[in-house]
Amino acid sequence: MRQDHLITATQLSRGDIEGVLDRARKAAADPSAYAGRHAGTVLALCFFEPSTRTRMSFDAAAKRLGIDTIDMGDVGSSSVSKGESLADTVRVIEGYADAIVLRHPSEGAATLAAEFVDVPVINAGDGAGQHPSQTLLDLHTIRENHGLDDLTVGIMGDLKYGRTVHSLATALTNFDARQHFISPQSLRLPRSVRFDLHETGAQVREHDELAAVLPELDVLYVTRIQKERFPDENEYHRVAGEYQIDADTLADAAADLTVMHPLPRVDEIAPDVDDTDHARYFEQAHNGIPVRMALLDTLLGDGADDGPTTETETDHE
Amino acid sequence: MSDHELRVSKIRNGTVIDHVEGGQALNVLAILGIDGSEGLGVSVGMNVPSDRLGRKDLVKVEGRELSQSEVDVLSLIAPEATINIIREFEVVEKNRVTRPDRVVGVLSCPNRNCITNADEPVDTRFEVVADGVRCDYCATVLRSELATHIDV
Repeated sequence: MRQDHLITATQLSRGDIEGVLDRARKAAADPSAYAGRHAGTVLALCFFEPSTRTRMSFDAAAKRLGIDTIDMGDVGSSSVSKGESLADTVRVIEGYADAIVLRHPSEGAATLAAEFVDVPVINAGDGAGQHPSQTLLDLHTIRENHGLDDLTVGIMGDLKYGRTVHSLATALTNFDARQHFISPQSLRLPRSVRFDLHETGAQVREHDELAAVLPELDVLYVTRIQKERFPDENEYHRVAGEYQIDADTLADAAADLTVMHPLPRVDEIAPDVDDTDHARYFEQAHNGIPVRMALLDTLLGDGADDGPTTETETDHE
Repeated sequence: MSDHELRVSKIRNGTVIDHVEGGQALNVLAILGIDGSEGLGVSVGMNVPSDRLGRKDLVKVEGRELSQSEVDVLSLIAPEATINIIREFEVVEKNRVTRPDRVVGVLSCPNRNCITNADEPVDTRFEVVADGVRCDYCATVLRSELATHIDV
């Protein structure tokens, strides 16, 4: 990777992505080759917003590399509640850790943090902005199921505020992927993401209904529509109901359709989908470990190597 | 004698910003951070007839020569503006504004949830793109509504 930080998906080239995903594939195949590889380093987990999966996944990935983690804890019990700026907080934490994982409710927080510290900053979600480490594990999941070229992807749900969607849509422009965006009018892609897609020459195909494109999809990426995005609860229930899927909905889908979701889900994917061959969202969540191991290994490594030599790799040679 | 000279008197030393799109003169002053408190003599002409623009604004700042980098940011709201440097009532330099790559500390980000709107020790910073500007922090794109976010 050319950069010292991972802030947005726009910074990622195809080579950057494939470099991390190749390493993730090795980490998944032979985790023991990575054990203790970064012993003696410390990773700071700074979550200014609640998180279960991302925080635990970074923590677990770090530990599998021999990295110790320090956790800022809840914002309510930290100096942030006393009014400390983010710039000050990260400058202090820089002295404690070799890298910082940051989640923050404001868009642009990771960009700002990276300007104030010399250690790598990983954006683990900035408001309704970006979530690029999630995108790497999403792409890993897609790659392992379909490859990343000649691909048709449908992204459905809250496209306006969904940071996983923003990062994924941008990153997919590095590959030969057709993207369909399915959402209510009020939750269409924001201008900032459209800008990036247009810059790369990608076409933005928007739909009100999944049925219009479902049969041609290789991947359906579902996101949660949140109640607080609607002024009125009835309106929320009416709209959200149109973007829920169950096993019957998928009757018209290709046999090898992969259904993904960044989780947590509420009711946008019915439990009966879990039993179909389409469901890949738990596999996707598990992929957070090898992908974040690969990401940390890339950012903390000397940049010249491409990971340890694993048994799998030796077998191929 | 031209129309605008009938309305606004000549200055001895300073800068005349001419061919500003009608209605943008006060935004020009805002971008330049001139609010009268500096004690500079400032004359403003608004909606003056113009062959080139139909109607134009112009701003004369007595006693201060504005640098090219100071005025380039004006290109965002007044792309046709000309900058005349005046010494002893004579125009000694005449320049057009050119689009800068970035605009720092001039605009506020319209995204209320942008980190630059929290109490952080940074200036706002926007990349100048084809038809507007884009926040370096949250990626919000600002186009025609740009003048309403001048923050100086």
